[in-house]
Amino acid sequence: MTDATNGPSGAPILEVENLSKRFGGFVALENISLAVAAGERLGLIGPNGSGKSTLVNCICGTLRNEQGAVRFDGRRLDGLDAHQRTHLGLARSFQLPRPFVTLTLADNVRIPLLYTVASRGIHLSSRSIEERCRFLLREVGLDAKARHLPRDLTQVEMRKLELARAMAAEPKLLMADEAMAGLTHSEVEDILALLVRLNEQGVTIILIEHIMSAVMSFSRRLVVLVSGRKIADGDPNDVVHDPEVERAYLGQ
Amino acid sequence: MRTPLFLLIWLGIAALAYAIAVALGNDYIFFAGYVVLQYVVLATAWNILGGYCGYVNFGSAAFFALGAYSTVAFYKYITENEFYRLPMPVLMLIGGAISGFVGFGMGYLTLRLRGAFFAIATLALAVVLQTLVVNWDYVGGSRGAYIVRPEEIAPIGSYIRYLFLVMLVLAVAAITIARLIEHSRLGYGFATIRDDELAAEACGVPTLKLKLIATTISGALMGMAGAPFPYYIGYLQPASTFGLDYAVNSIAMPLIGGTTSWIGPLIGAVLLGSLQQIATVTISSAVNLLIVGCLLVGFVIVAPNGVVGLVHTYLQRKPEDFVGRRRVGTDSPEAVP
Amino acid sequence: MIFSFDLLINAIISGILIGGFYAAVTAGVSLSFGILDIVNIAHPAFIILGSYVAYIVNTTLGVDPILTAIVAMPLFYVLGAGIYQIYYVAFERRGQESLRGLAFFFGLLFITEVTLVLYFGVDYRYVDARYIGPSWHFGMMDVPFRILVPCLVSLLLITALQLILTKTFIGRAIMAVAQDQLALRLMAVDPIRIKRIAFGISIATASLAGAFLIIIQPVEPSVGREYIGRVFAICVLGGMGSLPGTVIAAMLLGIVESLTSTFYGPSWAPAVSFGFLLLTLAVRPAGLLGR
Repeated sequence: MTDATNGPSGAPILEVENLSKRFGGFVALENISLAVAAGERLGLIGPNGSGKSTLVNCICGTLRNEQGAVRFDGRRLDGLDAHQRTHLGLARSFQLPRPFVTLTLADNVRIPLLYTVASRGIHLSSRSIEERCRFLLREVGLDAKARHLPRDLTQVEMRKLELARAMAAEPKLLMADEAMAGLTHSEVEDILALLVRLNEQGVTIILIEHIMSAVMSFSRRLVVLVSGRKIADGDPNDVVHDPEVERAYLGQ
Repeated sequence: MRTPLFLLIWLGIAALAYAIAVALGNDYIFFAGYVVLQYVVLATAWNILGGYCGYVNFGSAAFFALGAYSTVAFYKYITENEFYRLPMPVLMLIGGAISGFVGFGMGYLTLRLRGAFFAIATLALAVVLQTLVVNWDYVGGSRGAYIVRPEEIAPIGSYIRYLFLVMLVLAVAAITIARLIEHSRLGYGFATIRDDELAAEACGVPTLKLKLIATTISGALMGMAGAPFPYYIGYLQPASTFGLDYAVNSIAMPLIGGTTSWIGPLIGAVLLGSLQQIATVTISSAVNLLIVGCLLVGFVIVAPNGVVGLVHTYLQRKPEDFVGRRRVGTDSPEAVP
Repeated sequence: MIFSFDLLINAIISGILIGGFYAAVTAGVSLSFGILDIVNIAHPAFIILGSYVAYIVNTTLGVDPILTAIVAMPLFYVLGAGIYQIYYVAFERRGQESLRGLAFFFGLLFITEVTLVLYFGVDYRYVDARYIGPSWHFGMMDVPFRILVPCLVSLLLITALQLILTKTFIGRAIMAVAQDQLALRLMAVDPIRIKRIAFGISIATASLAGAFLIIIQPVEPSVGREYIGRVFAICVLGGMGSLPGTVIAAMLLGIVESLTSTFYGPSWAPAVSFGFLLLTLAVRPAGLLGR
């Protein structure tokens, strides 16, 4: 499946093999296989409840998959805790922003620097940490509020903080889970530009999104999940015209 | 402020407190002061897990009693075998090690689950340890144990002064540790656990490991606070050592003082501890416990940030602008170890 | 430690009977902690309050403790609803239930206990009723009525609660409140009202459980503490909020405790519930009949 990619390099950074996840009797994911090449820009779409977030949670270690395997950068992830996966270079933003509410914005983005970047044996001086925090907040346009608490933020700013915090972990792969829901057109453009810039720096990005215009403009490849199954995978323009996708998802 | 300076200042304050107590020349001051200092340690220890990480420990009495009973066990062994008498600091380290180990074990069993389970488990731990002690004849069982307190100790003078001094040093150590944690990477990690464990993991924080560090430090400090207690009280009884008043005080003091920084438990312990020392003499001890309970409930409802929060509202400033750099502090070099 | 067959049989029977009583003690917590997710560690204090209400009415007017408890249930319901209202306004709405909410209930537990000590002292109190004293002998079995009666009434209470939860609109709304508040709002039901009702019912059961307690054993204010470990062990083991699970877990704990005190001595019994709780948490957090 790796040949379906058009990223800068062909080697898969993330491989999901026959992944299944059940909640009681409910099958959330069924035999999902997916390979993502390093540097790729992948869009992941599907109706509500199709299993997109469950897939992200299984890859990140928030949930444990019963069957199948997840490999990242050549390593088996099964059995690793979520924080260990973050240390390896997997970062995510949450669908509903989950800031650390008693920490300032600067401290929010400081956490991945203290724990994830430090875990890779990189020693940052306190001054370079300060600079990095400021830089990350400037990237998302929140530098003016560096000393505020998250409760002072609007919903849009929360999402930006969420992204800044994910970026602070200096990931190889970033999974943005509905980072743009509820945003205006120009705000969507801002975030897209940010993601494109990150991608150009070599970060592989999986965009989980409902806003089709954003997905179509960003993605170089599109994967469609319906009821926990992958029903399409390939060039975005081909995928959206796939009759099965139109029937199951787009042609509602 | 750097930690050595902080420590130096507090050692100075401690020396001053001791000098004033000596100058007053009444041993009652030392008896009362010892209890207040003991509460400073218990409240600070509780806050490391409760205030910083957001995990409520109802079993402070159990950890305290573990320290106390480890001293009793060693005392018995020493007097029976005419063994070299262990100095108090060594007994405190032993008590601390035992309580820290039990804290670690409890955390390991319950911290993977929701916080509420940890809280319930700590409550039950007190009951079980009490059951064990009641059934352990070597340390006196339900009858209790007598410890003969030496009259004098050179060069300090009366033994209670020595105990007071030991507890004073432990109290300074406890607040220094609390402040050190607060301003370190560990403190940031603890705060993320308090706020959102899922997001903490996603940021690379090893939450289980950090929680175990917190339960161990917190338990160890409580055990150290309990180790000299048999010498203080002279007669140790399970019912009073495991008493609910230790549990309620070590929760009430940080919550009344303020939980986000080291100064909250200190304020709460000094305030509430002194109040109780006065009330025990002037009213009855049951009434003063009732006062503590009512203050606790009143404060958590009306003033969620405790005295520290009230002071800052009064000063028209947000508490986070002033106390602790947990919430604001970004630019001091010691923020990162 | 002398092993004999009739000791064993009697220990198991009294374990089952005591377990029936434990089910009534835990029913309230299964509602508040299991379903509503409110960690009411003060529940045992309300049970002791129930015991003292039964004691006061019994000694002054000579009324049967169970009858008193049933009459007092509406009062306990109002008390519970009031406490929930404070809890909601001060903690749940602010999102501070984990730390300060727990401290709040702990404070309530403490205040209740100390107040009872101030009024009644630490002497053991007991009640009089016709069924306290006689036993029912059946071969080698020995069934004291003072345990049998609470057990049977307790099972009636649990059955009534289960019927309320599964057959009435309010009951189904209570079951739904934990899972889907949005759906409730769409049905024009106020989730806060439902939780207030549920918490009221939960405290109302404490009235009856308190009467059972003082029928079974003499009571002093700190007795309630022994029940904290028990009720939460049973609630977790029973699968958090499942009433049939609660009954099974309660009887299991009753049997194990009874065997422990028969063969090792009663001073070890309090440790059993904690061992149970820790084992459950470590091995099977979802409980016996986990959801």
